[in-house]
Amino acid sequence: MTDSRVSPGIWDAIWEFFASIRLTIILLLSLAVTSIIGTLIPQNKPPMEYLQAFGEFRFRLFNALDFFDMYRSWWFRLLIVLLALNIIICSIERLSALSKILFVKNPKIKPSRFRNAKNKVVFEAPHPASELQARYTPIVRRGFSYFTTEATDNGLWLYAEKWRWTRFGVYVVHLSIVLLLVGSLVGSILGFEGFVNIPEKESTSRIFLRTTGQPFQLPFEVRCEDFDVSFYDNGAPKEFRSSLKIIENGQTVIAKDIIVNDPLRYRGINFFQSSYGKLDSPHDPSDEAAPEEIDLRVIEKASGAAHSFTARIGERQVIPDGGGEFTITTYQPHLTFGGQDIGPGLQVEVKRQGQESQTILLPLHFPSFDKMRGGALFFSVTGQKKKDFPPQPAAERYYTGLQVTKDPGVPIVYAGFIIMLIGFVITFFMSHQMIAVEITGKEQGSRITVSGVSNRNKLGMDRKIERLAAQLQNT
Amino acid sequence: MNSSNILSIITFVYGAGASFYLFEWVFKKPLAGRIATMVTVFGFVGNTAGIALRWVESYQLGIGHAPLSNLYESLVFFAWSIALLYLFIEWKYKNRVFGILSTALACAAMAYASLKPDQIQPLIPALKSNWLIAHVFTCFIGYASFAIAFGISLLYLLRRFGGPAMLERLPSDKLLDELTHQLVMFGFIFLSAGIITGSVWANSAWGRYWGWDPKETWSLITWFVYAGLLHARFMRGWQGNRIAVMSIVGFLAVLFTYFGVNYLPGLHSYGAGGG
Ligand code: HEM
Repeated sequence: MTDSRVSPGIWDAIWEFFASIRLTIILLLSLAVTSIIGTLIPQNKPPMEYLQAFGEFRFRLFNALDFFDMYRSWWFRLLIVLLALNIIICSIERLSALSKILFVKNPKIKPSRFRNAKNKVVFEAPHPASELQARYTPIVRRGFSYFTTEATDNGLWLYAEKWRWTRFGVYVVHLSIVLLLVGSLVGSILGFEGFVNIPEKESTSRIFLRTTGQPFQLPFEVRCEDFDVSFYDNGAPKEFRSSLKIIENGQTVIAKDIIVNDPLRYRGINFFQSSYGKLDSPHDPSDEAAPEEIDLRVIEKASGAAHSFTARIGERQVIPDGGGEFTITTYQPHLTFGGQDIGPGLQVEVKRQGQESQTILLPLHFPSFDKMRGGALFFSVTGQKKKDFPPQPAAERYYTGLQVTKDPGVPIVYAGFIIMLIGFVITFFMSHQMIAVEITGKEQGSRITVSGVSNRNKLGMDRKIERLAAQLQNT
Repeated sequence: MNSSNILSIITFVYGAGASFYLFEWVFKKPLAGRIATMVTVFGFVGNTAGIALRWVESYQLGIGHAPLSNLYESLVFFAWSIALLYLFIEWKYKNRVFGILSTALACAAMAYASLKPDQIQPLIPALKSNWLIAHVFTCFIGYASFAIAFGISLLYLLRRFGGPAMLERLPSDKLLDELTHQLVMFGFIFLSAGIITGSVWANSAWGRYWGWDPKETWSLITWFVYAGLLHARFMRGWQGNRIAVMSIVGFLAVLFTYFGVNYLPGLHSYGAGGG
């Protein structure tokens, strides 16, 4: 495949370049450093915001460098492609060499490797080599898949080996990274990410793409039958729920309630609950006007004693048995809590014996709100009396905000996730282990040398050899 | 007595553990060492009980969820992970010198937690996912592992560059180096699992497994740094000082991922997401 006009030296040089681990370290660290830029400059904002924040000159410079949409820029993608080439070429080069040593039926023992091992333990025993062989064999081969004995001039070797294949572990990890990159590429070419707002009881097949804002036609219609939002007692949203239907050729093919974290999937396209809103918010006059009388219950946390009150705004109320006193100071039609409008509520000033007075908030619609304060007294509104108002206008209508995505790369990416974790366990916790026991006959008895080598976790191998030697000595 | 009370007591228990470890080391009193271990085990048990009680309390409030949902709860869990991992190392290597830094780190995490709002809050819809529990769990086991590796690397460099003479009594350079390496590998697996579970969660909540938001990006930066460390070691045989420096840089990246990201410009809170 090499172009004959280009000298093979160039191809070799390119291959060499990609086969170097130095390139890997440089790429990993460059990715780490450049990724920081995108976290310092908020991404994909309208140009006007950048112009205001950075001024004309820096705006032009950063724009030219793609800093405003950095992770999709050509140079960031180039870094990732280089990383992929690096990992693939390195692996090819290593694998061809590695498979030679991996697929051997009967591994050759290299005596020098074991005789020179630093973890070598030497001791002597008063028995002849043949007797020791029989005794030692079951101990040495325990837990190892391959075992052999080899005779020497005046004695023999016992040799055991296991997990040779774990040398492949890193390539499993590297393969998983290639899968992640391929999966994300497939997603970015064949998938899309969009959104759509659908009012209750309406359907549509047109969504909008997130990157460009352009409309995009789905091959079927989605209908929102119903939308519901429920709240906790403190007014925070508890659950958003949309009842969706997929309509294809006029037929309902699927109906499902979706909530956040539980999308609807159909023909590779996913609908996620992401937001909601009100179409028109009819004015509720009864909310604006303060109630004439309010029923309250106050519970003393320590004793559990409960007292009921019917209070008017501005009236001072005394809690029996020295519990203190309180006054409803104001009525507010829209209390806010945590940035949320939690509806009408009261401001109450509470004064306990010998303590500073304290102002607390009591939303009318969330009776156990005050419990979260964890105070000595727990206030809750149990009822209210208002002037009569005319009946309410028709109920308000919601729309549901859906995130619509298609990503055929996801299965590849998930496969990459699983393979990566398997690869880690092999690479980090398993190693190719070889142990050898050399028994040399002497005039009286034998001399035994125990040693072992492994491709990783050398300290673990050292401990193993110590234990094995002690065990052999004691049999 | 509620879980917050228990947990604030545990802060002091870890502090006491650190003092006993320090006492043992400075004055070479083995008894102090045994007390230190007992105190730390007690702290760990109390920490566990505090987390369990908080879980129960959330159910009593009618908003039951695993106590891994806000900064306070994650810090408490961080301390728990550090204590667990440290006690394991002490047991495995029969050595107490890392106790000082580890319990001090656990104490610091708890003390910092006590500055944060400790109310049990109901979960917003996006956080209601078992993937979130798996995500926080794996991330913090990883962070704890990196934290202890960081402590050991600091000791290593201190001794190398003329720290107090007492540092001579640390275990050998070789063991410190090996332990750093083991902890980094262990942490790396959990960090990876943390990023993976986080992606799966994001995909189930918002339909995208990766969005380059600053928190995600910083966790990836951290991952790159530690991957760089592992390659330098596996392939170029780096050891000692350089590995210690990389492990310290890695932990700084962890801290930034955890705390610093909130100070970056123009950020949305992570629960907001979506439209
Ligand atoms: C992020 C992308 C990564 C790239 C670009 C990359 C690249 C490389 C390269 C080029 C080599 C040397 C050539 C070879 O032996 O095949 C290598 C070796 C290695 N990599 Fe990676 N790697 C990556 C991720 C990882 C991860 C996450 C791990 C964690 C387990 C890992 C573990 C290893 C190990 C253990 C070796 C040594 C192989 C040996 O001893 O023969 N790599 N890597």
